[in-house]
Amino acid sequence: MVIDISQFHDVFFEESFEGLDIMQSELLELKPGAADPDSINIIFRAVHSLKGGAGTFGFTAISELTGILESMLNDMRNGQKDITAEAVELLLESVGLLRGMLTAIKHKAPADDVLRADIQNRLTLMMAAETDDVLESDNLNDDSSAATQAVGGWEIYFKPHPHLFQTGNDPVRMLRELATLGEFSSEVLDEKLPPFSDLEPEDSYLAWQLTLKGDIPKEEVLEIFEWVDEDCDFTIQALAVEVSEPVEESMLDEPEVTELTSEAELPEQTVSNDEAVADAPLPELSLQTVDTVADGTNGKTAPTASSSIRLGPDKVNSLMDLVGELVITQSMLSQLADNFSPEMLPDLIDGLAQLERNTRDMQEGISGIRMLPIHTAFNHFPTLIKDLADKTGKKVELRLTGEQTEVDKSIMDKIGAPLALLVRNALDHGLETPNVRLASGKSETGSLEVKAFHQGGNLIIEVHDDGAGLDEQKIFSKAVEKGLLSANVELSVDKIHKLIFLPGFSTDDVLADESEHGMDVVRNNIESLNGVIDVQSTKGEGTTFTICVPLPFAIIDGQTVSVANEKYILPLVSIIETLEINETDIKHVTGKGELYTLRDKYIPIIRLYDVFNLKPVISDLADGLVVVVEARGQQIGLFIDDLLGQQQVVIKRLEDNYRKVQGLSGATVLGDGSVTLILDVAGLLALYRDPSLAMHNERAA
Amino acid sequence: MATILAVDDSASMRQMVSFTLKAANHDVVDAEDGLQALELAQMQSFDLVLTDVNMPVMDGLELTKKLRELESYRFTPILVLTTESGTDKKEQGRVAGATGWLVKPFNPEKLLATIKKVLD
Repeated sequence: MVIDISQFHDVFFEESFEGLDIMQSELLELKPGAADPDSINIIFRAVHSLKGGAGTFGFTAISELTGILESMLNDMRNGQKDITAEAVELLLESVGLLRGMLTAIKHKAPADDVLRADIQNRLTLMMAAETDDVLESDNLNDDSSAATQAVGGWEIYFKPHPHLFQTGNDPVRMLRELATLGEFSSEVLDEKLPPFSDLEPEDSYLAWQLTLKGDIPKEEVLEIFEWVDEDCDFTIQALAVEVSEPVEESMLDEPEVTELTSEAELPEQTVSNDEAVADAPLPELSLQTVDTVADGTNGKTAPTASSSIRLGPDKVNSLMDLVGELVITQSMLSQLADNFSPEMLPDLIDGLAQLERNTRDMQEGISGIRMLPIHTAFNHFPTLIKDLADKTGKKVELRLTGEQTEVDKSIMDKIGAPLALLVRNALDHGLETPNVRLASGKSETGSLEVKAFHQGGNLIIEVHDDGAGLDEQKIFSKAVEKGLLSANVELSVDKIHKLIFLPGFSTDDVLADESEHGMDVVRNNIESLNGVIDVQSTKGEGTTFTICVPLPFAIIDGQTVSVANEKYILPLVSIIETLEINETDIKHVTGKGELYTLRDKYIPIIRLYDVFNLKPVISDLADGLVVVVEARGQQIGLFIDDLLGQQQVVIKRLEDNYRKVQGLSGATVLGDGSVTLILDVAGLLALYRDPSLAMHNERAA
Repeated sequence: MATILAVDDSASMRQMVSFTLKAANHDVVDAEDGLQALELAQMQSFDLVLTDVNMPVMDGLELTKKLRELESYRFTPILVLTTESGTDKKEQGRVAGATGWLVKPFNPEKLLATIKKVLD
């Protein structure tokens, strides 16, 4: 009977995710050094179940990893291994990894083999300290070489102990099973059978002398008796003359010993196999994550990323498949071109659509190689926050969203440290103590949210806390004290907030050891990725840091628009709607320019030809269109001449060949070969808020 | 055909075991932990008990011990399902009164082959 066990996969995934959630919350509660044995037990059981299920359903990578985790937890449970903060951290990372692996299997997506190899490696290293028992079982294992098959058959003496029936075993079943192996004969030895009056019906009195002829491996015979090896007298001798050695009960343990040994060796084997596959050193991605934990303030010394990317064969295969499809499409199109006639136009259009699909798949496939979900950078935040909260006596609820947002490896390597510092600062400086919070009418527990998402070819990460907000006065006086500006300058609140990014700025002397590198390091790191960091803070309500980093190889859906005989491209995702409006709908406000009332909300109107110093062709609002776009939660209306087509465009960054231009995210080459600039909505918004930024742009357009 | 009590805290394992045994024409009742199993075992009789070892509330070894204390389960085959192939664990099972064990991971074929050893 063949039973398809894949029908139970969904249930397995479901319970495994639950198990991982339980593990994570227990791990977060764990106090290194003084761990609750119950918690360790719960964690152990979750790992144990996962391992069992994964083994049963054939997910070997997961059962391998959980096997290592299980023995580590077992040692912790038995007190053979200390529960250190590092161990808890590594366990938490493993939980994240397992979650990712399960998700990948569930969606039949490629798994993050690099991370797995790395974590498995570190687990093995952490376990390496106590490998003495492996040696022990090796010794035992040597003896077992005697267990070979005998050609002739076996002579067996089997005398169950009186209590055998009480184990639920029955000699009759064993003899019956033995008889299925070969030519079987038995002799009952009943000399121990008492007179009927003394007979205990529940006891076993008989013994057997058994002969089993045939080419039967000894293991098969032993397996039949493996459950009763301590409940009977048992000897087995080969019928063939060469290997005749009486075997006592202890020999029955052989199969177990073998298993034990192979289990103990498993992690090492796996690691060495992995290394054999990759001739390149392990990428240092995850190692950096660890650095961050160990020293969250160390932003400057990010280790350089290794130059190679490890790739599973499945990924290469799927790319090869894509290339194959591309070749097919290409040959189909060239065949079409060979004898083209107008009635074949629908075929041509179909073919082109297929080519577009292939290209898109190809692009996703290739950028997918470089992309990792950002959760590897987020992974250790729960622990980091927990530690800090314990230390500072603050209560905080951490929310992570967009953990699956994919990020280029080069960004991931550099973003971990600054992000950790921001999160750390939010708790250190942003959130108040429970008493203060209660006194100001907030809930006792502060909220800290880290959010990652893509927006128009950029990676956006927001770190938001609902704490006290930045203290303008403190920042201002500190800046003056540090000689960063003179005391009689008048600055807007927003600008004062931005002072924290100035080099060497740090407000809190008490916690100086944790933040002395300050925000300028964060800014430097972000800027080295050509990104920007911004802060928005409202006193008493909280602070939001927004990091915006351009994705290095980005293809976006673009809307081409015309402005004063020039073409520009707007990222389609940022467009909310397009309106036709009249001059009369506009309010002119000093310092704010033109405002339009859109459903009870004022939105500023920006005339793009003004921004780029073009000679307008259409200047009457009624003759053109207003495209309402949104960036970072704020809407603005862009006045353009007309909407043109929509198409996918590849963003080429201006910084690479020219320099950063405020309001532009890059340029692209259109289908007709012309170069077109791509508008950066967030940049335009910043330009509107602070026209002085335009100074840098003067020569750009 | 036998009536079998299958005990495992993992829903997927429970489903797999039940499905396999039912496909082989056995009657199966399942339980999520030792305590539930013990209650079920007292309500009806079973020809075989298959139990996971590591479970919340009451583990498989405790269940085995408790079952053996019941008059009607003194000779009933009890097989423990264990991922631990170490001698210690098996010894514990034996001390608790288990008939034998089945090492995880196992497939449906292995499960059926194993229970044949204890069923007539």
